[in-house]
Amino acid sequence: MEGTAVLGIGTWRTATVLDLRDETPSARTLALEVRDWPGHIAGQHVDVRLTAADGYSAVRSYSIASAPRSNGRIEITVERLPNGEVSPYLTQQVMAGDELEVRGPIGRWFVWHPEQAMPIQLVAGGSGIVPLMAMIRSHASAGSIAPFRLLYSVREPGFIFYRDELRALSNRGDSLVVTYAYTRVTPKDWPRSAGRIDQELIAGSTWPSNLQPSCYVCGPTSFVEHTTDLLIAGGHDRDRIRTERFGATGEQK
Amino acid sequence: MTIVSRGFAGRRNAADVKLPPGQYLTTDFPVLSAGPTPHIALDRWEFVIEDCNKVLKRWDWRSFRQLPTERITVDLHCVTRWSKLGTSWEGVSLDVLLADTKTECAFAMFRSYGDYTTNVPLKDIMNGRAWIAFNYDGVDLAPEHGGPARLLVPHLYLWKSAKWVKGLTLMPHNEPGFWENLGYHIYGDPWKEQRYSE
Repeated sequence: MEGTAVLGIGTWRTATVLDLRDETPSARTLALEVRDWPGHIAGQHVDVRLTAADGYSAVRSYSIASAPRSNGRIEITVERLPNGEVSPYLTQQVMAGDELEVRGPIGRWFVWHPEQAMPIQLVAGGSGIVPLMAMIRSHASAGSIAPFRLLYSVREPGFIFYRDELRALSNRGDSLVVTYAYTRVTPKDWPRSAGRIDQELIAGSTWPSNLQPSCYVCGPTSFVEHTTDLLIAGGHDRDRIRTERFGATGEQK
Repeated sequence: MTIVSRGFAGRRNAADVKLPPGQYLTTDFPVLSAGPTPHIALDRWEFVIEDCNKVLKRWDWRSFRQLPTERITVDLHCVTRWSKLGTSWEGVSLDVLLADTKTECAFAMFRSYGDYTTNVPLKDIMNGRAWIAFNYDGVDLAPEHGGPARLLVPHLYLWKSAKWVKGLTLMPHNEPGFWENLGYHIYGDPWKEQRYSE
């Protein structure tokens, strides 16, 4: 199945919304059943097309959150953007049973294959967790022994996606270690004050560079710029760092 | 057959704005890169034109900046579907850089710091269609947007406008660069919506 997943992205396919799940007050997961879905690799994304009654259509790309499965089902998690055209519909209007169109999977660069056995460092900023969660789920469902670490930066505790599942997976053993960083508000008695990721946190919570982990960094542009600079300053080889950026360049403070 | 999405109204662009198919307008300047942003000191920067056999031309930052420049205002179209209109740049035309270069080659592979590559037919970077840009909106080009200098070839999708560019290799045959090897279109015309190779 995976052999075919990396080939052409194919045509628009009908997807039926099976289930909706709120992750945070502004983000919702959509479980979709996609007709003739060819399968995907963790980290890939899809194009989603919405069409109005008069034929007008809008397309946006969303990372797949779910592990590769053979049953034609995928999940995407959509963060609602304040002035978005598509994300308000997907997070507020769409209902189970509705149909939309999906094309993909797309992307062969920001991906993790279960055959990759070396240590993996994931670094997520906000909704940048979504493609990394697909890797974590793929890792779990494949029974991979590659040791995973996740450093996940969020504004405040209520903005964590997949919180219960991440806790359950990290309690299973040593194969996934999760560290949270809070930029605005921390939980009570949290050992580190609120603030962006710094060198000390990188040194204390990520794989040391001499283990030569593969690093996947996903989040807003300023987050990715900042954390990849820290990883490189910490001795990580830039050739082992893959990034996916989204949003504007402007710092949103 | 197109599926109509129940209750989706959408937001049309202003009627006088003509965008390539499948694009939407943004006023931000989003960033798409495959890896970390390289930070290149100007005293280490160079731009080299070579063919398969030898270096044909080489500039350091000082000699590059002594070349005549142009101010251009162009529309940008990214394969991730945003378009940004009327962006202002200053750069050196590829016509200046390629002047007096004799070659039988019909294609160029641009190379960047950070090992990015992208292929462009030679005819697409000549006759006022491409620049090596070092200034965006009146200020030095920021590293995350490709500074010190990037290729600007605005009639193709923006991944062709290689950031952190350090040179080009003339090629007799068309060969795919980084994204082109990963499933993106070999040419990338936004008006023909050539996003992916299928």
